[in-house]
Amino acid sequence: MPFINKGFHAKRPTGGAHKLPPGQYETQDFPVLTAGPTPRINLANWEFRLEGLVENPVKWSWNEFNALPQQSFNPDIHCVTKWSKFDTKWRGVSLDTLLEHVQLKPEAEFVLAFSYGGYTTNLPLADLRNGQAFIGLQYEGKPLAPEHGGPARLVVPHLYFWKSAKWVQGLRLMEVNKPGFWEEAGYSMYGDPWKEQRYGSDDDDEADPSSLRR
Amino acid sequence: MSRLDWQIGTVVAITTDTPRVKTFTLSLPHWTAHRAGQHYDLRLSAADGYQTERSYSIASPPEQTGEIALTVELIADGEVSGYLHEGVAVGDQLELRGPIGGYFVWPAGAPAAPLLLVAGGSGVVPLMAMLRHRQRAGLPNPAVLLFSIRTPEEVIYQQELEDMAAADPAFTLLLTYTRQAPAGWAGYHHRVDAAMLAEAVAYLPGAPQCYVCGPTGLVENVATLLQTQGLPDEAIRTERFGPTGG
Ligand SMILES: Cc1cc2nc3c(=O)[nH]c(=O)nc-3n(C[C@H](O)[C@H](O)[C@H](O)COP(=O)(O)OP(=O)(O)OC[C@H]3O[C@@H](n4cnc5c(N)ncnc54)[C@H](O)[C@@H]3O)c2cc1C
Repeated sequence: MPFINKGFHAKRPTGGAHKLPPGQYETQDFPVLTAGPTPRINLANWEFRLEGLVENPVKWSWNEFNALPQQSFNPDIHCVTKWSKFDTKWRGVSLDTLLEHVQLKPEAEFVLAFSYGGYTTNLPLADLRNGQAFIGLQYEGKPLAPEHGGPARLVVPHLYFWKSAKWVQGLRLMEVNKPGFWEEAGYSMYGDPWKEQRYGSDDDDEADPSSLRR
Repeated sequence: MSRLDWQIGTVVAITTDTPRVKTFTLSLPHWTAHRAGQHYDLRLSAADGYQTERSYSIASPPEQTGEIALTVELIADGEVSGYLHEGVAVGDQLELRGPIGGYFVWPAGAPAAPLLLVAGGSGVVPLMAMLRHRQRAGLPNPAVLLFSIRTPEEVIYQQELEDMAAADPAFTLLLTYTRQAPAGWAGYHHRVDAAMLAEAVAYLPGAPQCYVCGPTGLVENVATLLQTQGLPDEAIRTERFGPTGG
């Protein structure tokens, strides 16, 4: 018999047309979760790199990056610390646009996003393509605030938000899946909110990287 | 059973710390020693199948075996904190899993580095676990807790903290009241600022390891000020409890 807390019921209806993944609650705030202080990044030195298993590593300066075609994105986002936020308003550069600039080596299957301040997180390359991911530069019509990852953060809305690396500096294409910062600390290698993959032990099969692919 | 499997704990004690804060002590069938600073995930389930989860820092030290204490602030209109405050009594059961979190922790084999703990409101909870662990394990690390609260009635763990400070010359308690201070108060009466942090650091014999926990505004501000005072990023660990403001 499932465990039930007597007298407990949902306090408020959530989301209307939106859906909440299991265990999540809706917030109107935009909470900040970071392990350390917010890195201070000088735009004059800022760069974004695609490297690793590519024929031609590329590097954009802040001005070059901002000259790339940008789009608006309005995703629902889900943080592993249980909050979800519906219909967030972003502008940025699609990963599809970025990946047009490199020729991938055939063995490139995984990505390690790396950030100013030393943060890293891993994702399957397939999860960054076909409109599923972008580099966010603006939030609610303003430059993305430093505490939310500005000047630029990766945004991969279909995964828990720790995969959406703040202060992103580049992506390294890899053949094997390597855990990043929180993954090393025991968090899921994939982080599907709908399957509630919060921690490594929530993954279908930690040992088999192919099960981490969609 | 892994520490991340759900288990059902039993509430063995409830104490009222402040008008809006209660501590729930739970005995756990599968207790695992935690590191001070870690949290548990708590899951509530309704009869209609609705479930929701929240994280709560462990307030008790790892020396308190077999049980954990969770200190919960009542949030206006809060779904889970409201249920815990109004609906839970001694003898009730709650579903939870943990300990969780590998970063905002005071290392088990604690280095000798001094500790600078900065808390806003219920952000004091994981820092209290560190202080209780330090006390119970007899660790020598000099420590300062700079605790920012709005009003005198909101000081969580006040008596225990004052006793700890009175008994231990290597531990300094600094309170700052941001809205209303007690009558005759000669201490800080404003938000944490650079001068206050510099004074807190000056109580310590060397560069501290810093743990900062509280509302986003306080944590952002304090972490930036500590950086500005020349502490390396690796020495500043932060945890933000939910919303902005504070
Ligand atoms: C790692 C971690 C450790 C935590 N440890 C503790 C702890 O030790 N003690 C503790 O009391 N809380 C702690 N929290 C916060 C806790 O998980 C919940 O967010 C909090 O109890 C509110 O949940 P609720 O269901 O009562 O409110 P909800 O129903 O989720 O929210 C009600 C309203 O209040 C807002 N709100 C949500 N959280 C807060 C907040 N903290 N302050 C002000 N407004 C808020 C929401 O945006 C919403 O509008 C921790 C959070 C994290 C991520």
